[in-house]
Amino acid sequence: MEATQATPVKYDMDVVRWFTIAAVIYAVVGTLIGVYIAYELAFPFLNFDIPEITFGRLRPLHTNAVIFAFGGCTLMSTGYYIVQRTGATKLWSNTLAWFTFYGWNLIIVCAVVTLPLGLSEGKEYAELPWWVDIMIAVVWLSYGFNYIMTVAIRKTSHIYVSNWFTIGMIVMITYLHVVNSLAIPVDWATSYSIFSGVQDAMIQWWWGHNAVGFYLTAGFLGIMYYFVPKQSGRPVFSYRLSVLHFWTLTFGYVWLGAHHLQYTALPDWTGSLGAAISLAMIIPSWGGAMNGMMTLSGAWDKLRTDYILRFLVTALAFYAMSTFDGPVMAIKSVNALSHYTDWTIGHVHAGALGWMAMISFGALYHLVKKLWNTEMYSDKLVNVHFWIALIGTVTYVVAMWVSGIMQGLMWRDYDEFGTLTYTFVESVSAMHPYYVMRATGGLLFNLGTWIMLFNVVMTIRKAVAVRGINAVAARA
Amino acid sequence: MSDHDKLYSTKFQDKIERSAVLMFVLVAIAVAVGGIVEIVPLFYLPNTGMSGGDGTFNNTQHKDMQGNSIPMDKIVWNPATSAHKTLPSLVNPQPTDWQPGDGVRPYTALELTGRYVYIREGCYLCHSQMIRPFRDEKDRYGHYSIAEESMYDHTFQWGSKRTGPDLARVGGKYSDEWHRKHLKYPRDVVPESVMPNFFWLDKMPVDVNKTVKTLKVMTQMPFNPVPKSIYTEAYIAAAPAELKDKTDLDAVIAFLQGLGNQVKFEEGVDYRD
Repeated sequence: MEATQATPVKYDMDVVRWFTIAAVIYAVVGTLIGVYIAYELAFPFLNFDIPEITFGRLRPLHTNAVIFAFGGCTLMSTGYYIVQRTGATKLWSNTLAWFTFYGWNLIIVCAVVTLPLGLSEGKEYAELPWWVDIMIAVVWLSYGFNYIMTVAIRKTSHIYVSNWFTIGMIVMITYLHVVNSLAIPVDWATSYSIFSGVQDAMIQWWWGHNAVGFYLTAGFLGIMYYFVPKQSGRPVFSYRLSVLHFWTLTFGYVWLGAHHLQYTALPDWTGSLGAAISLAMIIPSWGGAMNGMMTLSGAWDKLRTDYILRFLVTALAFYAMSTFDGPVMAIKSVNALSHYTDWTIGHVHAGALGWMAMISFGALYHLVKKLWNTEMYSDKLVNVHFWIALIGTVTYVVAMWVSGIMQGLMWRDYDEFGTLTYTFVESVSAMHPYYVMRATGGLLFNLGTWIMLFNVVMTIRKAVAVRGINAVAARA
Repeated sequence: MSDHDKLYSTKFQDKIERSAVLMFVLVAIAVAVGGIVEIVPLFYLPNTGMSGGDGTFNNTQHKDMQGNSIPMDKIVWNPATSAHKTLPSLVNPQPTDWQPGDGVRPYTALELTGRYVYIREGCYLCHSQMIRPFRDEKDRYGHYSIAEESMYDHTFQWGSKRTGPDLARVGGKYSDEWHRKHLKYPRDVVPESVMPNFFWLDKMPVDVNKTVKTLKVMTQMPFNPVPKSIYTEAYIAAAPAELKDKTDLDAVIAFLQGLGNQVKFEEGVDYRD
């Protein structure tokens, strides 16, 4: 992957190390908030009548923490790592990379303060107040510029496939964030979108779905295309498939947002177009998943001993599963049932926990070993983390699938007299066992992240201590 | 031929992979197409609630059973053509105030404050405001929502999840007193509810300054602004009186009671065609 060089390149890895540590911490925090709000839905007394921790204020904090804090730090640590290694070059600017580290973490601090205070723009996954939106744009563009410049000064002839996906993500997220955040401020705390109604809805879901499509998919596919071959010690199965995967996904994913608005006041053609392209997206998605899976051909036995590889392969399985689930839900007749229900939440978490978090965990463990040039403190704990995360994810997703389909069926059920069988609140109370099950699945998943944090901290401590001893020995 | 010169795909792909600039430009074009095709037409096509400023709504035509078009000022309230000229007022109600059925109107000062609280408390995360054209939704919530109904909703509130019921037509369905009890302690009224208690909203006086600024901002929007003939200077000047002694809870109730009863829907009209 990286070109062999006569003199080894001195990479800028400090910033990667700090982003890696931050990602592990935010994985714990982000999922912990998720667990709490899941329990709030099961047991509403947990809102404790404290405005700052009611469901409506903490839910944006959960989504922002997992997407931007955990996801963002993972993307930046792996991004800065991959772009240097595949280009056999240092970063274009190490200073700018540190700026993105401090800037991004400052944004996260702002989110932690403003969202519980109720500062919200009222758009899902884009709730942050207007001045934080500006900070995001500045830091994101710095990241993007530094990344693309580093690609430009690479020593290798070709741009490696991971970098294509990351460039796709950088460009698309810039478009989405800028357009979707266009708003007129009322004061420092509040602003309102310049768009309204139908147009605002379409722009929001163009953003909403492509935050998933580019931030959480293209970006993490970049991770997949580097770390799966690295961890398994096998080259990418098919280069041509990756070319196909990249261009179809880049062109096609953008169209999907409209499937969130079927049967709404959005014109029918837009939703149908979104649904049609959604179905077509099975092809690139499965092509990519196959490409990742088949990379292991001839190395499947490694799964018995390599726990990090287990994370990566399981992530690919969930990627394939979610990219089947998604297009099915985009079919209009299915969407009529699934929309507004927990099925959507289940689908999102199959992707977020099963795909995005699992591939992140695999990549982060790999990075910790490489960056501190050591073995994990405990491989056994990696395995425990893997199983607990897998059981947690499956519990969560199954609970939400069942409750979602049940909700949808209860809402549309008629009795023999032609009246609605269930009142709305009967569907709410029927959800209770599933909400408990979901929260418990989430709790397991969160427990896994604590194990990871412990393991990573111990690994780094050990590595630093050993390095200290070696340094003393070298001086003696 | 060295390995670096070998072609693994097409010549064009090979060229892209060797150039950061070319890669960047082509990606920037590829990811732009879908959004442009799906979003830009919504500003020009009929049935998207886009006023365009000329009152024709990009030639939107809603036709009744006889095939006659319904004038747009029956759907969207226009004080110039309506017998009712002013927004409803609590302090100084007039017979010429807007009445339910007069058509889609901008929010009153108190409703706009309630809408701010609704967004602040994240109500949209559990309640949708978008009824789909299905039999069960008609029976449960009422007539399906139409584009014009959210044309003044800067930051739309259609929602994506019904942990609680849809609220698009909750206006007038329950009394103010019911809402007050239910919002304060939901489980006192609906034992199975999972909604947080919001009794503390009743202790928070409304932010009058913020509302006055919001009224002005709504008239400055580049798309579907509130006409200055509705949010007149006199209306904005009278807003503090409308908000006097009101709490955030009063505001939310006013907002909810104004939802969904603005348009008088007629049988047999396809409002989305």
